[in-house]
Order: sequence, then C-alpha cells, then structure tokens
Amino acid sequence: MPVSAVNSKIVFDALKEGGVRLISALPETWLVHLIRLADDDPDVTLVRLAKEEEGVGISMGAHLAGVKSAMLMQNHGFLASVNGIVSGAQLFRVPLLMLISDRGTFGERDPWQTEGGAVTEPVLAALRIPVMRLDDPARVAERIRQAQTLAYAANKPVALLLTRDLMWEDP
Amino acid sequence: MTRLDAMRAVYDRLEDCAVVTIMGAVAAELQSIGHRQNFFYLQHAMGLASSVGLGIALSRPAVPVVVFDGDGSVLMNLGGLTTLARYRPPNLLHVVFDNESLLSVGGFPTATSTGTSLAAIAAAAGVPRTADVNTIEAFVTEFEAAQRAHVLTTIVAKVDAIGPAAFVTDLGLLENRFQFQRYLQSR
Repeated sequence: MPVSAVNSKIVFDALKEGGVRLISALPETWLVHLIRLADDDPDVTLVRLAKEEEGVGISMGAHLAGVKSAMLMQNHGFLASVNGIVSGAQLFRVPLLMLISDRGTFGERDPWQTEGGAVTEPVLAALRIPVMRLDDPARVAERIRQAQTLAYAANKPVALLLTRDLMWEDP
Repeated sequence: MTRLDAMRAVYDRLEDCAVVTIMGAVAAELQSIGHRQNFFYLQHAMGLASSVGLGIALSRPAVPVVVFDGDGSVLMNLGGLTTLARYRPPNLLHVVFDNESLLSVGGFPTATSTGTSLAAIAAAAGVPRTADVNTIEAFVTEFEAAQRAHVLTTIVAKVDAIGPAAFVTDLGLLENRFQFQRYLQSR
C-alpha cells in the first residue's frame, strides 16, 4: 500500500513532541501507519472509534482532565462530526487538534471520495476553523506546533489537512 | 421514580466524582439540588456526554467519573456504547435516565417507548456490568454497587417523563466549563 510510512512517522513524532498523549481515530487508508504508530506507542492512548463525532467528546474530556489529544479522521469523518464540533468544542471553547485526510482532491481514483474533497475546506471556512495543509514533510513539525499553539491560545478547534502529496506515494 | 428524586438519592455519593450530565432536564434538576464545581453540564452536543466521560476517565484513572445520560442522547450515539465497552475504564459509571421521550422538546416518544432496551444494548455492546432499575431503592442499590465494583457499569433507570418548568439556569456555560477544568486540575 503506497501510504507514506516515512511521512506518517514525521507527523506522529511531531504530535508526540507536542505532548499529545491521547489519539482518537477511525481507520482510513491514508491513516493506517499513523494509527499503528499510536497503537504501538506505550506513551499514547489510542481510542478506536465507532464514529468520528465521538472523538470530539473524548478530546473535550481529555482536555478538561489536562491531557493533550489529537484526532485522526478522514474528511468524511470530519463532516460526520460537525454538530459535536459546533455544539461541543466551539460552544464550550475547547481546543481540538484535528488531522483530516483530504480525500477526493486532484489525483483521487475512488469515485466515492470525490464529493467530500470539494466541500471540506468550504465547511471548515463556514465553521471558522483555522486550517493549514500539511504537504511538505520538512514543514510538518512546524505546522503542527503552530496549530497546537493557536488551538490552546484561542481555546478552539483547528484543522490540519493531510494531503495526497504528503500521505501518498504513487508507485 | 422521578429523575430528580433519583439524583437526590445519590447526591452525597457524587462529592468526589467528576460528574458529566446531558442538557435539559438533567442539567437543570441537578443544579436545583445544588451545583458543585465537580459537575459539568454538557448543554447540547447530544450523544457525547458518555464520550466526554470516557475522555476524562481514560485521562485520569484515579478520578471516579459519573455520567448522567438520557435515552434520547444515548440513542444518538449508540456506537459510543461499543467504544465505552472496548476501553471499559473501571472508574466510569454511566447512568441513563430513560423517560422514553425527548422531554425538553415536547415529549416526542423515543424508541425505548416501543420496546428498545438500552441496558440490553449496552450489555450486548460489551459493557461488563449493566442494570435496569424502576425504583429509587433499586437505583441506589445499583449505584452503590457499581461504585464499589470499580468496573464500567451502565445503569438504565426508568423515570417519569416530567421535568422542571425551565431549562436555562443562571450558571453560564463557559463559567461552568472553566470551573470544572480547574476542579480537575486540583485533583
């Protein structure tokens, strides 16, 4: 599977460096290495979800309890989480660090992913969620650090888009 | 049994717990008994109270966590029961007040009014201890037993579909949220 193990490790190491100790996730192709890294790390609690919106509640609880968390989800999982984000994290001013695999963009071969790609950034914008794209491995650590800094300063959700350029290595 | 009487009956047992409630009647009634800094009222985000409780319980294994949930909320996040069961934090006690209706919005009957058993669903999801109770005495007995057992428990308490006259209280949402966070910091 041509998901980049090297770049997944760069993302995971940056999350750990930022003090993330709880990661919620729902499997999706681009996230396989990240989820495995979280599962194998004794310092990180991996919470495998039935649906991504649960992760909003879990991250809210973790934050109130003093633990830094991150959420791994596909953009369709983000779309499935919108009420929790709005009436949970935003209403109660709780920081969320959401790493969203940006499926359905240029280069997408799976027909079923193509609608989500077109609406992910407009929905993030409508929710006023600050977003940056992770596309250059050399800048991943810096951007994760900056995203976390803003999330905790603002007490609000922020999003990082895991892009095809970063996550996928076409054979 | 009324939800108000049920919460009154275990109120003293909440003193050392982080308590998370759903919105509406549960939040307003618990506040009417007496707000404490260790109570967090998840006003809105329906379905996620048990997920917030799970996040707290996993993050702070030494802190007992009690979630006061409701049938309408649980039905919005049935998958969450499987996640609770999967990680089964022993410090989490999940109470579901089942009034068989979405009371706060006018009493629309939920599926528990036509035979759905949330305790059976929780058990089938893998929650290691579950109980169905219909009286205050049985509720208190199960609540105390769950606290002693130190095993993830879901108690479904059938309650009357009656609630307070008003749901908005004078406790601000953010005031409550930051107060609760500071309480957990102090533990």
